[in-house]
Amino acid sequence: MATTTDTLPGRPYGEVEGNYLTHERGLLSWLTTVDHKRIGVMYLACISGAFLLGGIFAMVIRWELFSPGPTVPGLNADRYNQIFTLHGAIMTFLVIIPGIPAALGNFVLPMMLGAKDVAFPRLNLASWYLWVTGAIFAVTSLVMSAADTGWTFYTPYSTTTQTAVIPMTIGAFILGFSSIFTGLNFIVTIHKMRPDGLTWFKLPLFLWGIYATAIIQIIATPVLGITLLLLIAERVLGVGIFDPTYGGDPVLFQHFFWFYSHPAVYIMILPAMGIISEMIPVFSRKHIFGYTAIAYSSIAIAMFSFIVWGHHMFAAMSPLANMVFSAVTFSVSIPSAVKVFNWTATMYKGSIRLATPMLYALSFLFLFTIGGLTGLYLATLGTDIHLHDTYFVVAHFHYVMVGSTMIAFIGGLHYWWPKIFGKMYSEKWGNVGCIVTFLGFNITFLPQFVLGMRGMPRRYYDYIPEFEALHRLSSIGAFIMGIGLFVTLFCLVYSLFKGKPAPDNPWGSASMEWQATSPPHYHNFTKPPKVGDPYDYTDLVWDPKSEGYYRKAEGQGAA
Amino acid sequence: MTTETQVIDEGGHDHEHAHSPHLQHHFDTLDQQFNAGKLGMWLFLATEILLFGGLFVAYAIYRNLHPEIFEYGHHFLDPKLGGINTAVLILSSFTMAAAVRFAQEGKQGMLKLCLVLTLCGACGFLGIKYIEYSHKMVHGIFPGKYYNPDEHILEEELLGAHGHGAVAEHGRDHASSSGEETHGEGAHEESTQSAEASAQAAPAEGEFVIEKSQIVEAPEGPEGMVGIVHEKPELPKRPEKAHVFFGIYYLMTGLHGIHVLIGMCAIGWVFFRSTRGEFGPDYFTPVDLVGLYWHLVDLIWIYLFPLLYLIH
Repeated sequence: MATTTDTLPGRPYGEVEGNYLTHERGLLSWLTTVDHKRIGVMYLACISGAFLLGGIFAMVIRWELFSPGPTVPGLNADRYNQIFTLHGAIMTFLVIIPGIPAALGNFVLPMMLGAKDVAFPRLNLASWYLWVTGAIFAVTSLVMSAADTGWTFYTPYSTTTQTAVIPMTIGAFILGFSSIFTGLNFIVTIHKMRPDGLTWFKLPLFLWGIYATAIIQIIATPVLGITLLLLIAERVLGVGIFDPTYGGDPVLFQHFFWFYSHPAVYIMILPAMGIISEMIPVFSRKHIFGYTAIAYSSIAIAMFSFIVWGHHMFAAMSPLANMVFSAVTFSVSIPSAVKVFNWTATMYKGSIRLATPMLYALSFLFLFTIGGLTGLYLATLGTDIHLHDTYFVVAHFHYVMVGSTMIAFIGGLHYWWPKIFGKMYSEKWGNVGCIVTFLGFNITFLPQFVLGMRGMPRRYYDYIPEFEALHRLSSIGAFIMGIGLFVTLFCLVYSLFKGKPAPDNPWGSASMEWQATSPPHYHNFTKPPKVGDPYDYTDLVWDPKSEGYYRKAEGQGAA
Repeated sequence: MTTETQVIDEGGHDHEHAHSPHLQHHFDTLDQQFNAGKLGMWLFLATEILLFGGLFVAYAIYRNLHPEIFEYGHHFLDPKLGGINTAVLILSSFTMAAAVRFAQEGKQGMLKLCLVLTLCGACGFLGIKYIEYSHKMVHGIFPGKYYNPDEHILEEELLGAHGHGAVAEHGRDHASSSGEETHGEGAHEESTQSAEASAQAAPAEGEFVIEKSQIVEAPEGPEGMVGIVHEKPELPKRPEKAHVFFGIYYLMTGLHGIHVLIGMCAIGWVFFRSTRGEFGPDYFTPVDLVGLYWHLVDLIWIYLFPLLYLIH
């Protein structure tokens, strides 16, 4: 790889020889690959497809709620239940949970460690196939008679409804194992594949986020697995564990389910926080503030996540248990706030560049703060009685899951796009996509807080005329957001064909993945990467010719 | 990389890598590869424990809420067969551990022998499990809503297994627990197997019968029940939710049985590789990891056995 052009800062134009995208060709070479980068790209493509499908369902929901009474032709109340179930199940199990770790994490994690691959490359590919299998089962449910239980599969409804609950459940079970194996792979990789000198506290914070996520994936997901197996057994055999008809306890299902699914919320948010921790210092040209605090707060959130599940069932527990769960839920906000304050402090007196990833990072800060703080209303026992199962809850978790996780995911996608595909997207259209999405998102979900406060229950097909104005506003926001996301999609896909070739380090980041070429060689690095502080930008110098950064200490060495 | 996938999947040809044929390209040393594999396996075992954890929690909750169904239900499990199975599984764990040791020492013959013995143990376990299952199912003891046992058979089971005094008096048959005969409805044959049955009934369980008889004294009167109940009013009455016990029993032992099957596949795969002489002092990771998995399967059974078979 040491061609003459390689030694110049202006090297990166044109195809990189031996890069992972082109060194083997043909569909089969992708389907049998064990290269973490290709697997990451395959995840990205599949997850985007699922995101589109889930998004279409979201649009149908908002269209139906545009006016009271039946709105969408042919969509009756039963079908509406199926639509929101599919929206929830697809978005949760197929998109948000695997999104950042499996797509971006797979690509970036080994490179951030300076490793050639994850610890178990074949297991990694197997995870992807499990994801595809799970997705097929979910779609089977769609084709048969889509489940209408909501993505939470609450018993006893889920054991008695006539819709295809079992394929969806099997799908979620398989997706759980995909998630477990990804997490397992990442933990072992971070433990065992670090080069000499890369200590824990020199890891980029994205890896701390992924590591904390992987812990949750490993500890929580098997519990979901057994819960779903028991649900299937209940439906098929009527074993009498969850279904009161056979002597079971439906609240037990909720305990089991939320023991997984509340930590799963942090499976979604922790990697997103990791991405933000990468982007904010780079675009502020300033060392991250409070590295250890952010690192430890990731682990703290992972730990707290296991002892708060009860707040989903305040109505079904003793007052003492309620108080304990409420208090612990409040304490989750502490490590979350630690992160937000540190990100803000990082930007203070920084030289902020409003590139597209940074716009997403700022959107995240705004939306996550709203999403996080409204969570406290729901953690409060008194207010939760009023807000429970209303649109307030819907708005709250969309602010966290979409406003935070998806925004960070898309931001991270822009951030690593030049590295993944070796192409620069249009900065202008990237910005437009981000701003339109941000505005659309707020127009969609801010009114839902008000709706919830006024008593609009979630999951209802119809509503009283008083709610029409706010529902309309929300629906209009959803369509705006859809337009924003399509602009983003178009901007990114367009760059694949017409984008300028990316330099090795377009943003001036100091973490190791940027020492590889763009796109990377199929062995990741052509020469051993240098281990250093991932947030020290002092040596990085802008090179106007290649429109990228290179490291001054190496003189005119490879950027 | 594609070639490597094939190589490993097919069990490894003499594929020449930089240093050792077993060193994968992304690891620096065999040691690093071994440690990574081991950590991965331990993490996987943790997830397995959590998977079973849900069932153990369900067990604990229902045992706490409805202790009577556990008291009632365990009469139908044969501690003798369960005990034999425990011994078989522990022995197979021993041969598995020995296999790891022989792999490390490079003793190919002993390695193969131990793997085969382990497989035999696993087959034996599943065979006995099959006898236990079919024995129950033939009497209508299915899980959950399919639970529809024949009354008389149940009562005979109880008398055979626990009515020490009753057996002595009436010479009740315990053939059902030996799994050899199928009873038609209402068939109460006299048998000489009562000796076996009474040997099985522990002295401690004699107290249990008395205790139980106090509970069921109420239905002594005419309840439209057949003669056997009339003669033996101390029989425990079937609790309303008895089927939940069998639901939990089948789920726990069934999931464990699936793990035994998976373990057998893994051991078979390791055995196949060992016939090619792939393992030795330098490289024995698969034997070691499959061994760990097998010990976990064994360990889970060691908890299942007392929780299901040996309760009072």
